[in-house]
Amino acid sequence: MSDITKQSLSELVENIKSKKLSSSEVTKAFVERSEKSKELNAYITEDYANALNKAKKFDEKPNLDLKLPGIPMAVKDLFCTRDLKTTAGSKILNNFVPTYESTVTQNIWNEGAILMGKLNCDEFAMGSSNETSFFGNVQNPIDKNLVPGGSSGGSSSAVAAQLTPITIGTDTGGSIRQPASFTGTVGLKPTYGSCSRYGIVAFASSLDQAGPMAQNVKDCALLQQVISTYDEKDSTSIDFKRNEYSKELTKDIKGKKIGIPKEYRVDGMPKEIEELWKKGIEYAKDCGAEIIDISLPHTNYALPTYYIVAPAEASSNLARYDGVKYGFRAEGENLIDMYEKTRSEGFGAEVQRRIMIGTYVLSSGYYDAYYLKAQKVRKLIKNDFDDAYKKVDAILTPSTPSSAFKIGEKTNDPVSMYLNDIFTVPVNLAGLPGISIPAGHDAKGYPLGLQIIGKAFDEQNILNIAYAMEEKINFKNNITDWWIK
Amino acid sequence: MIKNKSEYLINRHDNQYEVVIGLEVHAQVTSESKLFSTSATKFGAEPNTQVSLVDAAFPGMLPVINEYCVKQAIKTGIGLKAKINKRSVFDRKNYFYADLPQGYQISQFKDPIVGEGKVILDMPDGQKEVGIERLHLEQDAGKSIHDLDPKNTFVDLNRSGVALMEIVSKPDLRSPDEVNAYIKKLRSIMRYLGTCDGNMQEGSLRADVNVSVRKKGSKDFGTRCEIKNVNSIKFMQMAIEYEANRQVDLIEDGQTIDQETRLFDTKKNETRSMRSKEDAHDYRYFPDPDLLPLEVSDDFIENLKSEIPELPDEKKKRFIEKFKLSPYEANILVSDIETSNYFENVIKKSDVKLATNWIIGELFAALNEKNLEITESPISAGNLSKLINLIKDGTISGKIAKTVFEQMMEGDKDPKKIVEEKGLKQESDPKALEALIDKVIDDNRDKATEYKSGKVKLFGFFVGQVMKVSGGKANPQLVNEILKKKL
Repeated sequence: MSDITKQSLSELVENIKSKKLSSSEVTKAFVERSEKSKELNAYITEDYANALNKAKKFDEKPNLDLKLPGIPMAVKDLFCTRDLKTTAGSKILNNFVPTYESTVTQNIWNEGAILMGKLNCDEFAMGSSNETSFFGNVQNPIDKNLVPGGSSGGSSSAVAAQLTPITIGTDTGGSIRQPASFTGTVGLKPTYGSCSRYGIVAFASSLDQAGPMAQNVKDCALLQQVISTYDEKDSTSIDFKRNEYSKELTKDIKGKKIGIPKEYRVDGMPKEIEELWKKGIEYAKDCGAEIIDISLPHTNYALPTYYIVAPAEASSNLARYDGVKYGFRAEGENLIDMYEKTRSEGFGAEVQRRIMIGTYVLSSGYYDAYYLKAQKVRKLIKNDFDDAYKKVDAILTPSTPSSAFKIGEKTNDPVSMYLNDIFTVPVNLAGLPGISIPAGHDAKGYPLGLQIIGKAFDEQNILNIAYAMEEKINFKNNITDWWIK
Repeated sequence: MIKNKSEYLINRHDNQYEVVIGLEVHAQVTSESKLFSTSATKFGAEPNTQVSLVDAAFPGMLPVINEYCVKQAIKTGIGLKAKINKRSVFDRKNYFYADLPQGYQISQFKDPIVGEGKVILDMPDGQKEVGIERLHLEQDAGKSIHDLDPKNTFVDLNRSGVALMEIVSKPDLRSPDEVNAYIKKLRSIMRYLGTCDGNMQEGSLRADVNVSVRKKGSKDFGTRCEIKNVNSIKFMQMAIEYEANRQVDLIEDGQTIDQETRLFDTKKNETRSMRSKEDAHDYRYFPDPDLLPLEVSDDFIENLKSEIPELPDEKKKRFIEKFKLSPYEANILVSDIETSNYFENVIKKSDVKLATNWIIGELFAALNEKNLEITESPISAGNLSKLINLIKDGTISGKIAKTVFEQMMEGDKDPKKIVEEKGLKQESDPKALEALIDKVIDDNRDKATEYKSGKVKLFGFFVGQVMKVSGGKANPQLVNEILKKKL
């Protein structure tokens, strides 16, 4: 069977279940394409030989009742994987091999999937372009020298370039949805507490959430069903009734009320984004949804709030990387000197910047003015959504204020880089689910995404809306394999 | 004016200074596993053998609260007659150190699990109430070992993540003696509750001591210094004495006291500056986002209340009322749950008064000599009870009983058997005693004559002679009676 890598997850599962394809054939196809795609720099660690062995073993005794039978998959390098190096895109964890497995990846292997390798990402998931990775830039398969978004840039690039049929990323302020939008793929950030954070290298604990990234909504729903489980090992995991997201997926969204928040019409938003949004509204109407104008009055404060809360938590979460127990250590004259050298050499500039911001906003004398105030604003932002959801079932916005930009274009301007997250950050602050689906192209032919935000625990609803709109939009990604010689 | 006998004042020239002390006690929660992980907490294990991935702060590891430790803290709060907070919050206290793997300690800062309470001290001149400010749960750090290698420091993480209760007193203590009484009472309450073993040698109980001085009669507090991590009552008392005098000397010298953290050097018996207020860490406390606020229901607290045993204050009251013990005796017997259990077991079947005297007198002296705890007593409560009954029913005299007791201390032997085997039974047959007494009078005719002529002091001589001849077995009471008649 030709063009294995062009198949969607659902097709691959179907073909393996009906024994038209073996796991070995599928795995081999994705490994070969991955090997031909080194120029994208999507992988930090390749584990192809093991993957092929596991596929062979699977084929010897295939369990076809599993949800991901023998499906090969590469995952973001923020998930700890037993016996396979886990770096979080940082020099400080360059030599770190976990003896344990994250709950989310364990759920995936339990359903029969096979690990192919670890995907590049911004260092400790801090970035919007994958340019802060210690392991170098990732190329967007859409065009040469184009960023794939971040922080799950290796993941978005790998899915768009079909190096892996699906993948998982993590989303703290937009790190799944923004790269999905930049690469013409689908990315879901689930409700906070839906997927366990156990074994995921922490960035900002109250915002971090793992989620699926895929070629289409259906694949995304299937993977979400696998990874979302209640986990006693994560005190913030929530025990709620989870849907069978892919089984219950429907295009019937007739009468669903979709809100359009006026505050998302930000100053200086490119015309093509405005037009994409308008088109999105028309698609939603075509699907039978009712469009309602709503207000989320504190939207303006979301970005500054995020850039206090996230660095504050990060500054504390990253204190454990001190050269004492594991990971990179620089020799020093004494303990303090060793700390300073280890952390100065081990962390990149963006991580150091955020540690400093976080340390500052938590300092005595500044705590009330920054951290405490940010927490209060965060509550107001959440209240905005609660109020809106009295009137609507979901909210439709653009995913990003622009299409993908060139590598190096924004590296010297952190604030302009941070502005990338303007539409995604409020969702994390409110702990809500949000999905980005590809919805069109800009003048340069680069993909643009629309975001559907749901009520807490209402993943099924936004997946349904995305599924319905996906059909109307009928988006085609334009990938030329330019990197394959 | 009534002078307070236990008043502890420092005199310099014409000035009298009062010492104000507050304690932050760190009590290790008695629990099989740690506060946020399932690792064991056994004392004295091989270094780094009781460490989980959570304790060593591996990437992606998350804390999960140990419900048992929460129960222990609430029970302690109930024992301290304190307010239990139904909602409390775990915060991160951020600082870097090699034995702090996370780079922060999980503690409770703004919203502790237990609020204000009190502890009653029994001082020689009466009772004193010491206020409790709060009790909160926190993680212990690991242990840095600096003296195993000239260049390197070794780290043992066995203790990392072990649950501690920090119990903060109000600045209500006024003397080293009160500190002694306070620590002992706190320890006693927690041992009754089974929430902390109070073992100071193993570090289960340590304290930071806040000391300030002020002129007698002044209502304002002086500037305080905090003496860190003192691990015995004796050292606490020594440190307070040194520190209070140091502060008084500074004031008398016209100098001011700097608010600072000090260390007590046990070898030199002095405190010295560790860091000044300016150098104090900025711990950047903030709520731990890995943990939700801890919420407990009324039912949860009520259930724990029903598990609270009779505590020392109530037990003391009962002992005084029911057994007519003196407050002094009751205090000694309730000070330790094992002692009070022992006492109550002895008196199940024997005389209370005799039991009290024998336990507080002979038994404590003998245990002390052998450096044994009451739980290690060679004499079981049952056998002590038998011994007391032998005295009570006149089988043996108090004096013989002491001989029997000594033998019992060598191994838990049945006192009846000892008495039988050694023929120590008391001679209470009046006829046999009369014969003995007749012989003694006969042998000491001259002295008998002197006695009759008014030298009554000689009575004691005759008693002694009779006891001697009988080998100590003669019933002293009967000997007295018969002698009086015969002489």
